[in-house]
Amino acid sequence: MRIELNGSPRELAEGASLADAVRAAGADEARGVAVALDAEVCPRREWAQTQLAEGSRVEVLAAIQGGAEDVTRFVSAPSRRTRR
Amino acid sequence: MTLGRSASQWELGGRTWTSRLIAGTGGFRSLEQMEQALQAAGAEIVTVALRRIDPDAKGSVLDVLDRLGLVALPNTAGCYTARDAVNTARLAREAFETDWIKLEVIGDDRTLFPDAVELLDAAEALVGEGFTVLPYTNDDPILARRLEEAGCAAVMPLGSPIGSGAGIRNPYNIAIIADRAAVPVVLDAGIGTASDAALAMELGCDAVMAASSIFGAADPAAMASALRLGVEAGYAARRAGRIPRRTHAEASTPEQGLPELS
Repeated sequence: MRIELNGSPRELAEGASLADAVRAAGADEARGVAVALDAEVCPRREWAQTQLAEGSRVEVLAAIQGGAEDVTRFVSAPSRRTRR
Repeated sequence: MTLGRSASQWELGGRTWTSRLIAGTGGFRSLEQMEQALQAAGAEIVTVALRRIDPDAKGSVLDVLDRLGLVALPNTAGCYTARDAVNTARLAREAFETDWIKLEVIGDDRTLFPDAVELLDAAEALVGEGFTVLPYTNDDPILARRLEEAGCAAVMPLGSPIGSGAGIRNPYNIAIIADRAAVPVVLDAGIGTASDAALAMELGCDAVMAASSIFGAADPAAMASALRLGVEAGYAARRAGRIPRRTHAEASTPEQGLPELS
């Protein structure tokens, strides 16, 4: 099954759950991690039961050092959020 | 006037704080440098951000904050629309298990000024979802009032553009905002050095947020300490009640009793 994980294509086993995707993204602990599935926030308690589908878009986010001033370092990054 | 610790305490989001300096955690060369600076700042609240996880990242900012007993305030840095900011806040609530959010909705990447319309939209939505919303806002007293009316727990007006170190460009507006607000006012963005922090407090702000002025300094821990002292000095001076500014001199020594010597 092919999904999009943090903006890159990723092959996961059939029947993979959101928890599997979180592990595949490199999150070795759930603390400080948040997940969006197809642009919707998914609470931690639902990761294991949430089945992924072909083409699912998964974002696995973690805490980084940040002040308002860091914005300049991210606006040119691939994950840039643009006005829609 | 003697300022005991209790005299300088303030409330934000239903909790009492001793430090009036909120620090950013970004930009440091290492977690060690960050830790030293945060300790020197004496900060109790520090801002953190959410980004795609980096499997190769060494060490966790949260571990350091836990060790220092600091409260992580997640921000929505990098968001340009209310929709993105609301989604980021929801993610931050999951990641950090807090309903506090430093709301930043940026208008463009050259000025990093807030987009007032999107900001107010996002603030209203997040207050409705039960967040404790701390918005980064323009130095506009009317927008500050609208954010307060929307239910924000504080307002955080900018002194000058993020990272500019240009200080407080419109002290009159900051004073108006501080004078009118019923919620805490935290001067956010533009702090360059200790005197800027002192001025913010003299103008009536309740606290100061500093990030690049600390991590960008030649000696971040030393500047963090200087900002802490600036905040304390400004707060003390505000409470002391300064003399009015005058155009002409006002002698402090009486002329009565002057001898005639010529």
